[in-house]
Amino acid sequence: MPIVSPGFTGRRQSPDVQLPPGQYLAEDFPVLTAGPTPRVTTDRWQFTVNTEAGQRYDWSWQQLIELPAEKITTDIHCVTKWSKLGTRWKGVSLDVLLEDVETAADYALVQSYGGYTTNLPLEDLIDGQAWIAYRYDGEELTPEHGGPARLLVPHLYFWKSAKWVRGIQLLLEDEPGFWESAGYHDYGDPWREQRYQGD
Amino acid sequence: MNHVDGNALAGDLREIFAVDLTAATGQCSGCGYKGSVASLRVYQNAPGVVARCPHCEEVVLRLVRGRDRAWLDLRGTVSLEIPLP
Repeated sequence: MPIVSPGFTGRRQSPDVQLPPGQYLAEDFPVLTAGPTPRVTTDRWQFTVNTEAGQRYDWSWQQLIELPAEKITTDIHCVTKWSKLGTRWKGVSLDVLLEDVETAADYALVQSYGGYTTNLPLEDLIDGQAWIAYRYDGEELTPEHGGPARLLVPHLYFWKSAKWVRGIQLLLEDEPGFWESAGYHDYGDPWREQRYQGD
Repeated sequence: MNHVDGNALAGDLREIFAVDLTAATGQCSGCGYKGSVASLRVYQNAPGVVARCPHCEEVVLRLVRGRDRAWLDLRGTVSLEIPLP
């Protein structure tokens, strides 16, 4: 009786899939967390943009979900080396939220419920590159994955896509966030493998 | 519960310090709580290791291990009292 063996193929990856350097393909969606998972109910959820001049712009949950939303299908790349392809999200573009915000800032410090922060240039949050996402794969975003809403900036390593997002502080000068002040790269482009400071 | 206790820091810290720091007494800069490093709440499923105060949950220690260096951030720790042999 012939024995059919598929053989050992290691981590399955079709040859036409292009991943950033040093990444492997994940089939699941790993949950990474630097602390207890905040449980933020939508009735007390609020998103705030503070400008460098001290102006404040607020959105309640109801106001957020009434804004025009987009469906986004994108690859995501975690600095711990897993990548996940074709993830499906729904959310509001930062272009919509920042449309009426008057600012001369070049930088943003994104803030989360639970105290997490991450920094990025403001230009990486606009022009169709970033969203406040509140649905994943056709379902409400679970707390483990950052629900009720998280930032989605898929062109940078996924630590920049802050879970449990609650606001953005706009800044004239760059200010490192939670991981950026502890050895991780300030910008974090996966295609240039900018994992750590000095990369 | 997705954290383990501070004994999980022993290996990482031994690579940097000559003494076992898990027996040291640390003071949290958030709430002033004093306790052994072994009593911290450690989150390891993250880009680095994050240790939080068991009393107020503030971050007291962050350790990121790069390819050829490590970053230890202790801004959440007022002091460490380290027993010497």
